[in-house]
Amino acid sequence: MITELGHFALILAFLIAIVQMVVPLVGAHKRWPGWMALAEPAAQAQFAFTAFAFAALMWAFITSDFSLLVVVQNSHSAKPMLYKIAGTWGNHEGSMLLWVLIVALFGALASVFGEGLPPTLKARVLSVQAAIGVAFFAFILFTSNPFLRLAVPPMDGQDLNPLLQDPGLAFHPPFLYLGYVGLSMAFSFAVAALIEGRVDAAWGRWVRPWTLAAWVFLTIGIGLGSWWAYYELGWGGFWFWDPVENASFMPWLLAAALLHSAIVVEKREALKSWTILLAILAFGFSLIGTFIVRSGLLTSVHAFANDPERGVFILLILGVFTGGALLLFALRAQTMEAKGVFSLISRESGLVVNNVLLAVSCFVVFFGTLWPVVAEMAFDRKLSVGPPFFDLAFSPFMVLLGLVLPVGAMLPWKRGRVKRTLWQLRYVFVLSLALAALAYALQSGRSALGPVGLFLGAWVVTGAFTDLWLRTGKGGVSRLIRLPRADWGKAVAHAGLGVTIFAIAGLTAWEVEDIRVAEVNKPFKVANYELILKGVRREQGPNYFATVADIDVRHKGAALTRLTPEKRDYPVAQMPTTEASIDYRLTRDLYVVIGDQQSNGGWTVRTYIKPLANWIWGGSILMALGGLLSLSDRRFRVAAGARKPQGVPAE
Amino acid sequence: MKRNLITLLAFVTFAAPVLAVQPDEILTDPALEARARDLSKDLRCLVCRNESIDESNAELARDLRLLVRERLVAGDTDDEAISYIVNRYGEYVLLRPTTSGANWLLWAAGPVMLLIGAGVGGGFLRNRAKATSQGETDLSADEKQRLAEILKD
Repeated sequence: MITELGHFALILAFLIAIVQMVVPLVGAHKRWPGWMALAEPAAQAQFAFTAFAFAALMWAFITSDFSLLVVVQNSHSAKPMLYKIAGTWGNHEGSMLLWVLIVALFGALASVFGEGLPPTLKARVLSVQAAIGVAFFAFILFTSNPFLRLAVPPMDGQDLNPLLQDPGLAFHPPFLYLGYVGLSMAFSFAVAALIEGRVDAAWGRWVRPWTLAAWVFLTIGIGLGSWWAYYELGWGGFWFWDPVENASFMPWLLAAALLHSAIVVEKREALKSWTILLAILAFGFSLIGTFIVRSGLLTSVHAFANDPERGVFILLILGVFTGGALLLFALRAQTMEAKGVFSLISRESGLVVNNVLLAVSCFVVFFGTLWPVVAEMAFDRKLSVGPPFFDLAFSPFMVLLGLVLPVGAMLPWKRGRVKRTLWQLRYVFVLSLALAALAYALQSGRSALGPVGLFLGAWVVTGAFTDLWLRTGKGGVSRLIRLPRADWGKAVAHAGLGVTIFAIAGLTAWEVEDIRVAEVNKPFKVANYELILKGVRREQGPNYFATVADIDVRHKGAALTRLTPEKRDYPVAQMPTTEASIDYRLTRDLYVVIGDQQSNGGWTVRTYIKPLANWIWGGSILMALGGLLSLSDRRFRVAAGARKPQGVPAE
Repeated sequence: MKRNLITLLAFVTFAAPVLAVQPDEILTDPALEARARDLSKDLRCLVCRNESIDESNAELARDLRLLVRERLVAGDTDDEAISYIVNRYGEYVLLRPTTSGANWLLWAAGPVMLLIGAGVGGGFLRNRAKATSQGETDLSADEKQRLAEILKD
């Protein structure tokens, strides 16, 4: 019964979205207030019905209702409750429902927080947002309906992929979708502004919080996924340049570019058409990501439904929305003239450099991801483009970005002098160089990657805080805490990037690996650590069997910890997984994996010492935190821009 | 039955736990072993889609790892060992694509795009630096006419 109600609510939401797409748009064109005002209740009702449909599906998963096809295929009665709930979005149909739920959520939020928006712009934004919803409602209802019943329900389900039965991964998709779909808001604002024919500083101010929020969510989502890969996949890799990872990384890069260029629109009324284009492209790349993942166009380690029909549908959505928006852009872009005047050396120029680097690096990722398809279709060559290519082709952009970041971030608006800014950064430069030299001396003979990463990281981090300190002028510490949150956000987010750069370089350069057959009670040494395999036992979990090893670790003669790496076997899903055991410390992770038993009775044991591993995610958290700090800045809460100073802007 | 496994969830589903290099594969000569590991990282496991043979635990990946080591022990240089494998398994096995043929496009894409971006961005910036603030000095034709009318009166 609840299932049918959920299905019905979904259809109702679809119909409401159609009305919301058409009526306010006509109303805005004809200046009919009543028609425009319809957008708000419609957006909220659409969200309410979609939320009900989603809750109905979740209920089916929680109660293990095996009369639903998607529950049978993705759940099992013995599965822990957390994963029953997470199973709602752990499959194609449910995740699409989550996707459209978030589209509706953002629409509803825009209707609630958009009081300060001019009525025509607001009506158009909500109308475009509803159009996106309509496309995905149709996609769900016509190609991937989660509410399909089975005539004869089986006794039990087929279980969720065991690799996904993990807390890190349970929350990874919702964050990622909040990010992907959050960019739809920027897209809706861009298209609405194009229809409206005006982009001004106020527009920049309205669009920025949405982009910031989307970027923060993407950062968290990508970070969670990367962390999960690190501890779950059994050798501590954190980034694989897999097409599906790239699909989430490209919108992240563009969103980062967008939120910087929107600053220029907001403060200086320049870069308007470029910002609009970025907003369209950023959401376009979210759609491309969805297409890549759902269509099976690109072979990937990620196993998912390769369904050509769904792929064609998403390609259609992609074509209509990005194509349509780009066409509109081509027709209207000329009307948006830049106003601000600034010299070649200025904050504005720094932000242009930031945008060029981010956009080009995104293009490189895009090109590399699609090249195998192009090569096969156009040149009849079957080839691969893997991590070695991306490392080589992508990293230089990040190095350049890191080098110019502190300078660009400290240049004054309008007109600056490079010499002056460089002089302000002299101590930062010397300190970074000294640290790098120290690292080089200490590591003796290993690759230069580590010291270079340390230099870049220190340069960016200390540069960010020098900037913050210089902003206080003579006010000192008391002024520091009263600086606008946006300044803090900027410093923290930039520092986060620096930390991540350093961590990735350090981990790559200084990792220690040991692979051996360990015999029980025979100690062995890895770097400064002494490990001893005490024994191996069998255990039974709720829906799996495990082989657990007990390994004692000693450091400099003192007992440090006991690690218990596991191998699990999920009988229903018929899949083994490894559960690495990790001793997390500030400066390094000790990462141990147990393998198969050998003929001589010993066990394969892999030990990795991974320096700075935590710093990768620490940096990501700092970046997200910086975004949140910026988001909470007073000007987004109070000032709504030129036209209606008292209103509360979108947050 | 085809399982509609796990759709998006980026970072999903590597075919099995990755156990990669086994202790019995490791060469006694550490220099050779290091070379073998480096080469392995650039070779694709053909059955697991997007993993290198260094990371994969598939049987075929193991065979390839052993083959790489065999060639190195036999005295091949890195390039010889790689081309030996490419001859057998095709270009698809290379995770780092060659620069031959149309592939130069792939390698040139980034630098070329950077030059274009720098050109366009630089052009825009120069324009901005030269431009005079709108509304202060620039009057449109209409505005000029209107101004002339006002001044006439």
